[in-house]
Amino acid sequence: MKTKVLISAVSLLFVHVSLAETVFVSLEKDNAIAVVDPIAGKLIKTVNIGQRPRGIQLSPDAQTLYIATSDDDTVLEVDANTLVVKNKLPSGEDPETFAINSDGTRMYVSNEDDNQVTVIDLSTKQAVHTIGVGVEPEGIAVSPDKQWVVSASETTNMVHWIDAKTYEIKANTLVDPRPRALSFTADSQQLWVTSEINGTLMIIDVASKEITQRVHFSVPGVGKEKIQPVGVIVDKGRKWGYVALGPANRVAVINAQTYEVEKYLLVGERVWNLAFSPEQKRLYTTNGVSHDISIIDLDEHKVTKSIAVGRYPWGVAVKP
Amino acid sequence: MPTRLFSIFILIVSLVCSTQIFASDHQDIKIAYITQEQQVPAALSNLEPFVADKGLQGALLGLKDNNTTGQFADQSYLLEQVIVPIGGDVKQAFAEKIKQGIQLIIVNLPASQLVELQQLNNNRALLFDIATRTDTFRYKQCLSNVLHLLPSRAMRADALAQYMLKKRWNRWFLVQGNTPKDALYAQAIKRSAKRFGMKIVAEKKWLHTYDARRTAQSDIPVFTQVDDYDVLVVADEQGLFGEYISYRTWLPRPVIGTQGLVATSWHRTHEQWGAVQIQNRFKALANRQMQERDYAAYLAVRAIGEAVTRTKKNDAPSIKAYLLSERFKLQGYKGRPLSFRSWNGQLRQPVLLAAPTSLVTAPPLEGFLHPKNELDTLGYDQPETQCQ
Repeated sequence: MKTKVLISAVSLLFVHVSLAETVFVSLEKDNAIAVVDPIAGKLIKTVNIGQRPRGIQLSPDAQTLYIATSDDDTVLEVDANTLVVKNKLPSGEDPETFAINSDGTRMYVSNEDDNQVTVIDLSTKQAVHTIGVGVEPEGIAVSPDKQWVVSASETTNMVHWIDAKTYEIKANTLVDPRPRALSFTADSQQLWVTSEINGTLMIIDVASKEITQRVHFSVPGVGKEKIQPVGVIVDKGRKWGYVALGPANRVAVINAQTYEVEKYLLVGERVWNLAFSPEQKRLYTTNGVSHDISIIDLDEHKVTKSIAVGRYPWGVAVKP
Repeated sequence: MPTRLFSIFILIVSLVCSTQIFASDHQDIKIAYITQEQQVPAALSNLEPFVADKGLQGALLGLKDNNTTGQFADQSYLLEQVIVPIGGDVKQAFAEKIKQGIQLIIVNLPASQLVELQQLNNNRALLFDIATRTDTFRYKQCLSNVLHLLPSRAMRADALAQYMLKKRWNRWFLVQGNTPKDALYAQAIKRSAKRFGMKIVAEKKWLHTYDARRTAQSDIPVFTQVDDYDVLVVADEQGLFGEYISYRTWLPRPVIGTQGLVATSWHRTHEQWGAVQIQNRFKALANRQMQERDYAAYLAVRAIGEAVTRTKKNDAPSIKAYLLSERFKLQGYKGRPLSFRSWNGQLRQPVLLAAPTSLVTAPPLEGFLHPKNELDTLGYDQPETQCQ
């Protein structure tokens, strides 16, 4: 009896999540994260977290959730099961996006206002290095083989290739204006980069650091200027890539072998960021202006559901 | 011999690797910034302090951004400030810079002085005009080798008209001050009204026969007693009476134009499309809000940076060719790529419509279509101009 009371008290205080698959969405204007059960299609709970939460990611073991609360100038380390804040990481000012390496030992944070990348040791929770990059760094990624950290600077229009061991910039690739997001393929051979202003997706060969493909988008009935590619993601088998087209309200489905756009899926308004379900059966999108997320079935390439989550959903992370 | 081999090697590498930046040849890019000190003009109130370095701080921010980029591309940008005192000889100062071989010059001067410098320039340097909004430069008196960064009066008036059409506030009451600039603004308003099917149902001149400070409360209700209208459009570029119109009109009507809802290139309320970042960077640098002339100067320096980085050239003809080409797309924190109109050197850009503490919208608005570029629904389009 007593234990039951205690458990329910705990679950009132902390959201206790014990579902098969849970989607966490950062809500930029609600200062909160939404906890969603995508199978039931339900918003379970909204949890206050800190000011202006944007970047959100799980540790590789899915036990820790990292959330950049930009206006608090920190990245929070949160227990992914209880949603209790465990630590505040020294991310530098105004953290927006970050990347975690595949073994979960290092975090790389873009400091947009300071033109630098901060490296955090996730075991000691200390900032161990800062690297000067171009103006307004935003998109950041680590190659799955942990060799490269790449940072895209939105105003400098370059991708900086940082050696993950020495923290030195080894190369710079000039890209289309206002690069937003970047994503490595699982084999670490390609880097996919979106340009918001040019409306393009660039595919960079990691070995040569050269742009080898440029994908253009065109949605019937949607003005060219509305096509502003942001989030980008490629599946494990490098069969399909997906690009969120911002105010075009579409996700482009790209054949990752031929680089042809095969489909445009209508999602919510101003689609922003993307995340796969654990088995890559589904894709989740955050739709900033319509305040919801969309769920895309990846076998059929069809939008199956949209779930209202709160004001200005920004990032999305999926816990198995 | 070994050096020749090496340069051949570099050439081969740079042919193969077109997008990857190699620190091979260091480039110095010299930009001059020319302006003249000004008498502090008369103003309606002391709320808005006179800003003496309007423009310059924007250029300095652009320079900082270019040099951050430059460290990865082995470029150094230098800004030579030429600030001529009141009564000084601007033409001579300009001629000296030309003599020194400076090829890229930002000009922060009124229309009449811009014309003088343009003639003196004789197409040697590429001039970036960050101050004028003169319509004749955009359709009749075309200035070669000059790029105009600020929206013309016609672009501003068209932006307002698009929004008025959307709101169906079609009947306008035009109130004009008595300076020559006010006349030009009113002219642009009339052109836009015609273009977008608006109707100017009443028109009056504010003659400053009274001290507006003392009598605004009683004078403006009397002054604004005209037949019914939807919006009052005020043309008062210097800000000598316009602020007093809102909330004092005879009929309860919104005010747009040079006061009330204003059409501007930049505004402190603008924060979409990454604008927060540049607003913050500017404030950290200049200890004040960014104004549109700062924004224009920033874009001028950034445009140069883009051209040099993409073409690896720093001479005026190469920079001009790139900036006027379709390849040039500048990120300007307004959600659309900015570029130059090849016929008149006007920077294509969305125009912000802003109330004092809120950004209302940013034309071109949805539904105003153009066969080539929707930004060309604002201002003088190619078929309307004699410029080539």
